[in-house]
Amino acid sequence: MNPPPGLGIVKGLVETARNFVGSFHDPARLTTVQYPDERLPAKENARNFPFLVYDGPDSEKGLRCVACKICEKECPPQCIYIILERDANGKPQKHPRVFDLDISVCMSCQICVEVCPFDAIKMDTDYELSRSDRFGGLLLTKAELAKPNDYYRRIHPTEAQEVDARLEEERARAQAKAKPPAAAAKPAAPAQPAPA
Amino acid sequence: MLITLAGAAGAMALRNLVHCALCLVLAFGGLAALYLQLGAEFIGFAQVLVYVGAVAVLIVFAILLTRNSETRVERLSAASVPLGLGIAVLVAGALGGAAWFSGFAPAAAAARPVAGVRSIGERLMTQYVLPLEVLGLLLTAALIGAVIIALKEPGEPG
Amino acid sequence: MSQPLEQLLVRLKDWLVLQCPPAAQGLVAALIPAAAIVAVFASLFALTTLLERKGLGRLQNRLGPNRVGPFGVLQPLADGLKMLIKEDIVPRDADRLVHLLAPVAMVVPVLLAYAVLPFGQRLVAVNFDAGILFFFAAGATTELAVFMAGWSSRNKYSLLGAMRAIAQMISYEVPLILSAMTAVMAAGSLSLVDIVGSQAGYHWGWLPRWHAFTPWGFAGLLLFTIAATAESNRTPFDIPEGESEIIAGHLVEYSGFKYALFFLGEYLGMFAVSGLGITLFLGGWHAPVPALEWVPSVAWFFAKLFGFIFLFIWLRGTLPRLRTDQLMNFAWKFMVPMVLVNLMVTAVWHFTRSWHFSGAGLWRWLVGALLLAGPYLWLGRALAGGRRFGPRSYHYAS
Repeated sequence: MNPPPGLGIVKGLVETARNFVGSFHDPARLTTVQYPDERLPAKENARNFPFLVYDGPDSEKGLRCVACKICEKECPPQCIYIILERDANGKPQKHPRVFDLDISVCMSCQICVEVCPFDAIKMDTDYELSRSDRFGGLLLTKAELAKPNDYYRRIHPTEAQEVDARLEEERARAQAKAKPPAAAAKPAAPAQPAPA
Repeated sequence: MLITLAGAAGAMALRNLVHCALCLVLAFGGLAALYLQLGAEFIGFAQVLVYVGAVAVLIVFAILLTRNSETRVERLSAASVPLGLGIAVLVAGALGGAAWFSGFAPAAAAARPVAGVRSIGERLMTQYVLPLEVLGLLLTAALIGAVIIALKEPGEPG
Repeated sequence: MSQPLEQLLVRLKDWLVLQCPPAAQGLVAALIPAAAIVAVFASLFALTTLLERKGLGRLQNRLGPNRVGPFGVLQPLADGLKMLIKEDIVPRDADRLVHLLAPVAMVVPVLLAYAVLPFGQRLVAVNFDAGILFFFAAGATTELAVFMAGWSSRNKYSLLGAMRAIAQMISYEVPLILSAMTAVMAAGSLSLVDIVGSQAGYHWGWLPRWHAFTPWGFAGLLLFTIAATAESNRTPFDIPEGESEIIAGHLVEYSGFKYALFFLGEYLGMFAVSGLGITLFLGGWHAPVPALEWVPSVAWFFAKLFGFIFLFIWLRGTLPRLRTDQLMNFAWKFMVPMVLVNLMVTAVWHFTRSWHFSGAGLWRWLVGALLLAGPYLWLGRALAGGRRFGPRSYHYAS
């Protein structure tokens, strides 16, 4: 059987009255965040546009990017422009001289992050990117893109932990390969006559 | 008085039909003002409520739903002027003669009659109850007729 | 009971009239209440736009405007300034004269309607013998203004919106006037001052004799409020000005000051019809308890008016919009039978007032309430069309 007519309206009125009264004392009933004065923290999985990670205090020397240009080739709208750094003799250095990313073209697909073998480019969560120039102003250069690893750890803690652990392990493995041959060479040489 | 006459003249003479309807509204308003000047409050307000509020809206709906009001009304043809004048004279004569010969007492003789609502109501229920009931019947018949016209015929598509 | 504030106001008006030369005294005596009404209700309009936006915000779990001035109190000023300096666009093919006259034809009759409302014990601009009829006559011209607005814009959608608006307003005039008639029957006079006077005094010293405390008065107040909401095109009946439907309906070609005038006309209409509801059913300027009679009667009237305004804002924040056909069905199939039943219950109440045995009041109340509740429940069930209203159940989803 249907409830008496008009009851639904009364129930609705009671609910909105609760909203009204609650909005003065109950934070669950007033969900406004007054934007420029207060900001909601971004969620961990948020992504906006890419940025370059550097380890250590120096943004040039610590830059993880080696200018392999994989991200430039894989980017669907082709928004990345890389020029490799060469020294006086023309020998390639593992460092980009120019790394430009046009965020008016970038579609935030994250493919560059997925293909980078060096964990050098990651997604940023910053959305306050207004510029007064529509063309040049939205072309971010290497200096603007480079941000420290601490920043990466702050905005994506779990990812950063995982990347740091992996990089640490790789470094340890590389060091172990470098040391044991040097250490094994010495004990191997004197060890050779001993067991012989 | 002037407003009423101007409104009526406008209702006849203007080209755009909707403008004519609005001038008619002005004429109704003028008539209500005349009633008020004569001290008949009830009739004056009822005139506004019924004529301006309902009849004018009815006229406007009728104009909109039946003809394209973009078309201008045609000019008067030369032959119709004397005919129109003749009819106007006849109608005015009939109404004026009826008013002249009905023999009501001049207003100076009596104090202004208080046509209060209470007295109107009492007369309606006692002296004039037959016209009241007939009017009610007429209105009911009109309502039923309107509903029947608006109903879809059974068996007819659409 | 002599109300000092009202006496002061009346004396002030008389003194002002005496200051003028004798030839102009009649005119000034008529102009002063008119100027006062316009001033008070125009500022009430500004206050209401602010209250509405803040109130709707709070009802919807958000803040209203709070940037202009502390708590947004200067927002109406900002809105008014914006409306005034906006460019006045008139479509090329529009009927310029009618386009200009429509907002005027909307606001002027609505302001006229305030002339018969009694705001305080001796504060009524004109005391007509047929006051209620004057009020409804002034309200009926609003429909014509809506038509003029819709027609003169030379816009098909505007015309369609105007037609729907007029159909809605005419349909709800019938329940509005008939539910007002119950109060007229009880008071025995069409004059609003007499109707307020018939609600003076208290039952048993504490329950006011307002019409709203009788079964027919309670139903009448509800029906009147619903019809009033429909007449002023407020949600849930705001199809004509539905912002998400045909944009602004008949007002779509209006901008700037003319739009502000329509807005003003709508809100003034809302205040006027609330004022009438207060006068007819809620005892006008009477106080609710004898202990509080020292508060000026004007204050009581405006307190009740604010109550009505809050109710309208509350309804707006709660209910979804009705479709045009639902609206018309509701008017003709539910409201009109209910107001007719209400009229009969008023008659029953009137003819049983000679019952004087103990508990008579309660018996009369019970009889009236039952006579009303029966058709209400039956009509509600019948009009639901056999549909079950309850929590949704799904065929395939678990």
